[in-house]
Amino acid sequence: MTEAAATQGTEHPAYLAHQFADEAQQFEAASLGMWVFLVTEVAFFGALFACYTIYRHLYFAGFEAGSRLLDWRFGATNTAVLIGSSFTMAMAVRAGQLGRRKGIIGWLTVTMILAVLFLFFKFNFEWAHDYHERLIPGFGFSHPGVHSPAVQLFFCFYFFMTGLHAMHIIVGLGIMAVLLWMAMRGKFDSGHFTAIENTGLYWHFVDIVWIFLFPLLYLVGGRY
Amino acid sequence: MTGHVVPVRVYLAVFVSLLALTALTTWVAFLDLGTIQIGEAHKLDLNTVAALVIAAIKTSLVGLFFMHLRFANRFTRLVVLAGFFWLALLMSFTLGDVNTRHWDAIPAPWTAPAPPAAPATAPAPAVP
Repeated sequence: MTEAAATQGTEHPAYLAHQFADEAQQFEAASLGMWVFLVTEVAFFGALFACYTIYRHLYFAGFEAGSRLLDWRFGATNTAVLIGSSFTMAMAVRAGQLGRRKGIIGWLTVTMILAVLFLFFKFNFEWAHDYHERLIPGFGFSHPGVHSPAVQLFFCFYFFMTGLHAMHIIVGLGIMAVLLWMAMRGKFDSGHFTAIENTGLYWHFVDIVWIFLFPLLYLVGGRY
Repeated sequence: MTGHVVPVRVYLAVFVSLLALTALTTWVAFLDLGTIQIGEAHKLDLNTVAALVIAAIKTSLVGLFFMHLRFANRFTRLVVLAGFFWLALLMSFTLGDVNTRHWDAIPAPWTAPAPPAAPATAPAPAVP
């Protein structure tokens, strides 16, 4: 290897790590890494969904009764809010692709507002409603009727799954706050927006989890 | 390197479709779609099937467009498919086990047996 060839390619943007041939390769590697993480998240939530499926199968009547006690309007509203935030997040990633700093900041801010709105609906209205209806296991849970233990089991699943999901929303909010700060300091350009792209992937995954939680918890309780 | 920039109208169309599918899944929940008898012991609740099919369509829309899987390289797609394949294994094997096993009724709680009536005359200790 000649000296010229050895030094060739060492001039690269600061954000391009040395081991990658070019920005495209680095971007694909980062995206793949994020997907591998999301696959572990699929297994994480998947185990809970499998558990839910089995107990719904074993205690079908109790789970249906439990589901009917949830107010579907809370679930539907939050589904719309979260889908909206997924859309604005996709727009933030698009602004990153195009290197539009103001676009990144604006769309990220809207996404964060929608995420806070989701949590506000969930904690302030829905869980308060559940508390007053005595539906929270361990906090004065009370349900008359023969299916009471199974209804309580349903609510254990409900609070654990939506709680874990809400925790993911809170983590996402933290990551987006960091991105916002980075964007304000001009850390991104059209060649370098990997952090935004990967946060987008995470956010859409959280949306997908909710897309399954909404019908399985709120809707399939025989509402007809 | 900007990757594939998706036009805004595509994102808008996906967004509107997702909202419409949310409305659809909510509407379907209020219809009685009935059940299908499978074998002697099992019933398939068609409302659950409809809810899961709509959720799967919504997931595909989010994955293909918002998460750019439509434009991702083959290796990334393979990783994603592998993830769902493992989920399918988890679900099918666990449910297969639950559905083919005989579940005993929970036995009655254990109660201490009544102490044996004391013998009238205690047997003499065996002294060698």
